[in-house]
Amino acid sequence: MDNPVMLAAGILGTTGASLKRAVLSGAGAVVTKSVGVAEREGHRGPAVVQVEGGLLNAMGLPNPSYRHFQEEIDIGRDGGAPVIASIFGSSPAEFVEVATGLEADGFELNLSCPHAERYGAEIGCEVFNVEVITRAVKESASVPVWVKLTPNVAEISALGLAAERGGADAIVAINTLRAMAIDVESCRPILGNRFGGLSGPAIKPVAVKCVYDLAGAVKIPVIGVGGVSSWEDACEMIIAGARGVQVGTALGNAEGYGIFRSISEGLSIYLDRKGMALQELVGAARRFP
Amino acid sequence: MRPKDAVITEIVSETPSVRTLRFEITFDAVPGQYLMVWVRGVDEVPMSISYKNGITVQKVGEATGAIFDLKVGDSLGVRGPLGNGFTLLGERILLVGGGVGAAPLALLGEAAAAKGIEVTTILGIRGCDDLIFRERFEGAGDLVITTDDGSMGICGRASAGLSCLDLEDYDQIYLCGPELMMADVIGRCGGMEAKIQASIDRYFKCGLGICGSCSIDPEGIRPCVEGPVIRGDRLVGTEFGRYKRGPSGRKR
Ligand SMILES: Cc1cc2nc3c(=O)[nH]c(=O)nc-3n(C[C@H](O)[C@H](O)[C@H](O)COP(=O)(O)OP(=O)(O)OC[C@H]3O[C@@H](n4cnc5c(N)ncnc54)[C@H](O)[C@@H]3O)c2cc1C
Ligand SMILES: Cc1cc2nc3c(=O)[nH]c(=O)nc-3n(C[C@H](O)[C@H](O)[C@H](O)COP(=O)(O)O)c2cc1C
Ligand code: FES
Repeated sequence: MDNPVMLAAGILGTTGASLKRAVLSGAGAVVTKSVGVAEREGHRGPAVVQVEGGLLNAMGLPNPSYRHFQEEIDIGRDGGAPVIASIFGSSPAEFVEVATGLEADGFELNLSCPHAERYGAEIGCEVFNVEVITRAVKESASVPVWVKLTPNVAEISALGLAAERGGADAIVAINTLRAMAIDVESCRPILGNRFGGLSGPAIKPVAVKCVYDLAGAVKIPVIGVGGVSSWEDACEMIIAGARGVQVGTALGNAEGYGIFRSISEGLSIYLDRKGMALQELVGAARRFP
Repeated sequence: MRPKDAVITEIVSETPSVRTLRFEITFDAVPGQYLMVWVRGVDEVPMSISYKNGITVQKVGEATGAIFDLKVGDSLGVRGPLGNGFTLLGERILLVGGGVGAAPLALLGEAAAAKGIEVTTILGIRGCDDLIFRERFEGAGDLVITTDDGSMGICGRASAGLSCLDLEDYDQIYLCGPELMMADVIGRCGGMEAKIQASIDRYFKCGLGICGSCSIDPEGIRPCVEGPVIRGDRLVGTEFGRYKRGPSGRKR
């Protein structure tokens, strides 16, 4: 992939129009909102709240079900960059049903969403589940399969190794960190779901460490996500070992969709200045054991 | 920002199904901006600012129903003001509102009149019982009322009120109301879409431009941050007036 800057899952990925807009704004690839077997409206609001250093969300995997999603992928593909379908399920069979029901340029398995019962991190924190689900999707899909991991475990590399054993083509790390915010006037948790996942600048150092650890443990490519909002952040992820980066929360910054160009342009200027190719930068921090 | 605690100081019943809530706190808002209103334990929903310290709510479902159960002294959590409101341009303006869409337009009309701008308002309502903010609009300029049932003013839709005006006379036209009404007005203003500003209703979940819930086809406009007020020419050829999406993202 020439342009390593991508749109992260669940950020503006509900419609083909917004996926296409991300591509036309300079994203090298886009990941859709996670879609599953059945239509879901998501958790009650507030679904998102700004907190110190980022955002807390508990969207609750709203999606129209894969049966009503192919059209959005097709519109997104009009933009001319790969569209990766993020998919979720509560069992290998559900993952396979969604993957075989959709045509996309790749699949990203959401084994990491921290706030939906029976889905995401609830199953994705078990090494066994990660391996079995990855293998099941790999066997039924003819396109690359990426596995997105949760940082809410003691040792993320163990999950990465499981995905690799299952046949994953790449690891995506990280999803949000389990977190909570409480309204002091009413003593109520703010999110409708009570707790959710933290994203944005606050989690970047956590993501950098996870990427560093994963890149040291697996042979397949690692894609870094978590708090990337500038070219320097993207650079840091790549130096930690990422072959590409995804941008989520930063799409809410004032520059909006313009963030893709500003990151990729900043990255090119940096590489020119250093006289390096992108591949040489990947994992450069490992030179200092 | 986290939700601010907005304690209710006054509740005004505007019609049997519309109430205005005034708060202890005031908002430094441009007319047309909105709040994400957290009805604790129920949901968080977008509401236009109708007074420097108030919102005007029509009871349509769970969250709005729960707002109707609140009393003076109770509070709501509010995030905002959010989004881009109306921009005042020119010397003579026309406001076209339908139903509870009158809420942000009343604040706009007052702001315009205070600047010496000549304001004409058309309010389209079902029947005379649904009329809100009559004094505010009359205080700002001329008011034309249309009713579906003929119980007041001109009998017919808001567009019936348009036909007795020369739209060329107005520097800017501001819309807020049911989508089909707004689409109808834009359709009748062929060639003048660029001087229309419309406040758009879509399913808002984050209000921050990141979740994608409010996206408008085919360009992916995000009304929660790029709007809710959007220029008419940007809406031509879009899903506006044809379909919208529900909370799952599915078209309906
Ligand atoms: C920018 C903006 C400004 C608005 N200003 C006002 C206002 O000043 N006064 C007013 O009475 N209403 C206003 N609305 C509409 C108001 O948000 C909905 O009526 C309210 O969300 C209904 O919630 P509910 O739980 O009572 O209804 P529900 O039972 O949940 O549903 C009833 C209807 O409300 C819509 N709705 C529900 N949740 C949302 C949501 N999160 N975002 C958008 N629509 C939703 C549904 O699509 C459905 O059509 C505004 C909407 C937008 C987008
Ligand atoms: C509002 C919101 C919705 C998200 N939805 C999904 C989702 O559907 N599937 C998924 O795998 N990750 C989802 N994520 C996680 C992001 O893709 C990303 O992993 C995380 O936010 C960290 O990156 P960031 O700091 O750049 O946002 C979501 C994040 C946010 C903030
Ligand atoms: S409501 Fe989330 S992007 Fe507009």
